[in-house]
Amino acid sequence: MAENPSGDLRLVQLSKQFADFTACHPLDLTIPQGSFFALLGPSGCGKTTTLRMIAGLEEPTGGSIFIGDTDITHTKAYRRNVNTVFQSYALFPHMTIIENVAFGLKRRGDKEAMKKAQEALDLVELGHRAKQKPNQLSGGMQQRVALARALVNRPDVLLLDEPLGALDLKLRRQMQIELKRIQLDVGITFVHVTHDQEEAMTMADEVAVMNAGRLEQVGTPTELYDHPASTFVANFLGQSNLLTSRIVGDAGEGLLDVDCHGYPIRIAAAHVPAGVRDVFVGVRPEKLRIGHTGANQLTGTITDDSFTGVSTHYLVQLPWGFEVTVVQPNDGSPRAKVGEKVDISWDPGSEFVLDARQDEDAGLLDEEIRHG
Amino acid sequence: MAWIRKHLLLFAALVVLGYLLIPNLIVAIFSFNKPRGRYNYEWNEFSIDAWLNPCGNPGICEALGLSLRIGFTASLVATILGTLVAFALGRHRFRGRSATNLLIFMPMATPEVVMGSSLLTLFVMAGIPSGAMNITIAHIMFCLSFVVVAVKARVSSLDPRLEEAAADLGATPLQTFLRVTLPLAAPGIAAGALLAFSLSFDDYIITNFNASPSSITFPMYVWGAAQRGTPVEIFVVGTVMFLLALFIVIIGQILSARRERQA
Ligand SMILES: Nc1ncnc2c1ncn2[C@@H]1O[C@H](COP(=O)(O)OP(=O)(O)OP(=O)(O)O)[C@@H](O)[C@H]1O
Ligand SMILES: [Mg+2]
Repeated sequence: MAENPSGDLRLVQLSKQFADFTACHPLDLTIPQGSFFALLGPSGCGKTTTLRMIAGLEEPTGGSIFIGDTDITHTKAYRRNVNTVFQSYALFPHMTIIENVAFGLKRRGDKEAMKKAQEALDLVELGHRAKQKPNQLSGGMQQRVALARALVNRPDVLLLDEPLGALDLKLRRQMQIELKRIQLDVGITFVHVTHDQEEAMTMADEVAVMNAGRLEQVGTPTELYDHPASTFVANFLGQSNLLTSRIVGDAGEGLLDVDCHGYPIRIAAAHVPAGVRDVFVGVRPEKLRIGHTGANQLTGTITDDSFTGVSTHYLVQLPWGFEVTVVQPNDGSPRAKVGEKVDISWDPGSEFVLDARQDEDAGLLDEEIRHG
Repeated sequence: MAWIRKHLLLFAALVVLGYLLIPNLIVAIFSFNKPRGRYNYEWNEFSIDAWLNPCGNPGICEALGLSLRIGFTASLVATILGTLVAFALGRHRFRGRSATNLLIFMPMATPEVVMGSSLLTLFVMAGIPSGAMNITIAHIMFCLSFVVVAVKARVSSLDPRLEEAAADLGATPLQTFLRVTLPLAAPGIAAGALLAFSLSFDDYIITNFNASPSSITFPMYVWGAAQRGTPVEIFVVGTVMFLLALFIVIIGQILSARRERQA
């Protein structure tokens, strides 16, 4: 909040070791004050553990946590100006909804606790349920109560641990918009944990991708999507076609000549990791076109198509057996058929380039793996 | 046929209830008797003398008072200690936890005569004269186990995240305990306390081993009196105790039904 400058949330070399298992390797992260920050990663990668360390519910093994210039690493949970919306809501079953929401304010001796709690409930549109008990409410409503209970304290940082996990798709979308609106209203730093990449990308100003206790990459959703730094991020955020290639020379005008299984293509030099010759050239399915509109061209055979309404997804098998996914908007252009031989093309610069010395299937589920 | 089948459950329930309640009913009826001799076993004539003067028989109210005092003290101390033990066992991992778990069950498994006589030996060896204090100490000991069992069941079913949520919202450990943990564990603690009181009030064998002539509890009084006759006042006290217990149970039912309806 403007009248209470709290500062950025900073994690410095923060790590957590359970008996014989490292849940978080030392990680550095700065979350700007007032931003909507998403922590994204597959199940068991250490998201909840990181959040619990920020909340003070888990003692870090090493490193420090700062809010602004204040070191809160060893501050007790009840003294931190940080509130959590728990994965399981954790509403107090013996209290009414309004008592739940007023709990934090009353602990600080706020004279207007009940009034503020009622306002917070109105904000999440549950003002009329104030006198009921938590188990009289649906999952979505309980989730909103948990949100109100945390928000009403106006913390420096609000931690949300997969708060939308239990909701059905429709309610989820609705709550995403709601959460974003509330965050803009109150201007509190939100740290939102999720394993839903779409949720992270649509809501967050910045996203940190975590994998096996390590930070893979931090950036805005566009940065992460257009220029993933690893195959894990490329595969975890959206779909990618990774073409195994080798850089063969300079083509001038900021472009490089690349050999892709014997076929010449060109890529923008700007995105190539330094000192690397064997690369994955990654092209997102929607950046590939069927036809000759792009400067890079390859020929292949359509092996599968699926119509989704706004677009058609094709699988195109390239001469060396690798299948790429191509997404074409249904903009009236003629549709290709299975078995048809087609040219696919894209423009240099719309690709991303990764060092080939890593697992190309990182971040994929077993059934998604396609080799060629 | 259909009618029978439909009401079979009700019928069975009534039979069981009758089986359980008839002894109490007999006691209640005979509390209004004016027995011919010293034994109140045959109906003679209706009278409310005993109800008007329940302390009429010498010693009966002293014994009742002592039993109530021992019962309150023993169940209070056992409930406090037992609740603490239950929290330690249900919440924390420490060395000797499983040994403690086992030891807590010992008094429940040991035959009362064995416990009573060994306690007496212990007190005699320690040079502590028999009396109300020894009885109270003994009662605390065996009530403790039951309180621990009742409270532990409740504590281990509590979601630890609720306490984390309280801390997260700024409640100090003491506030968390008073406002979240204790209210949630209360039904278990209340059950443990009631159980402890009724066990203490009712105990004869262990009490008898450790009593002195000046510390006659109500069960001892009844047993002693029964050798020479059964005063009607005993029936009055019995009936009152039964009604009191019934009252507490009904209140408990109403409270939990209301909670259910709200919840
Ligand atoms: N108290 C604990 N003792 C031992 N290991 C733990 C403990 N808590 C978590 N872990 C381990 O740490 C790892 C990370 O757990 P964490 O709960 O942070 O995952 P997560 O990213 O939140 O996953 P999810 O998306 O499933 O909630 C897991 O492998 C888990 O088994
Ligand atoms: Mg988690």
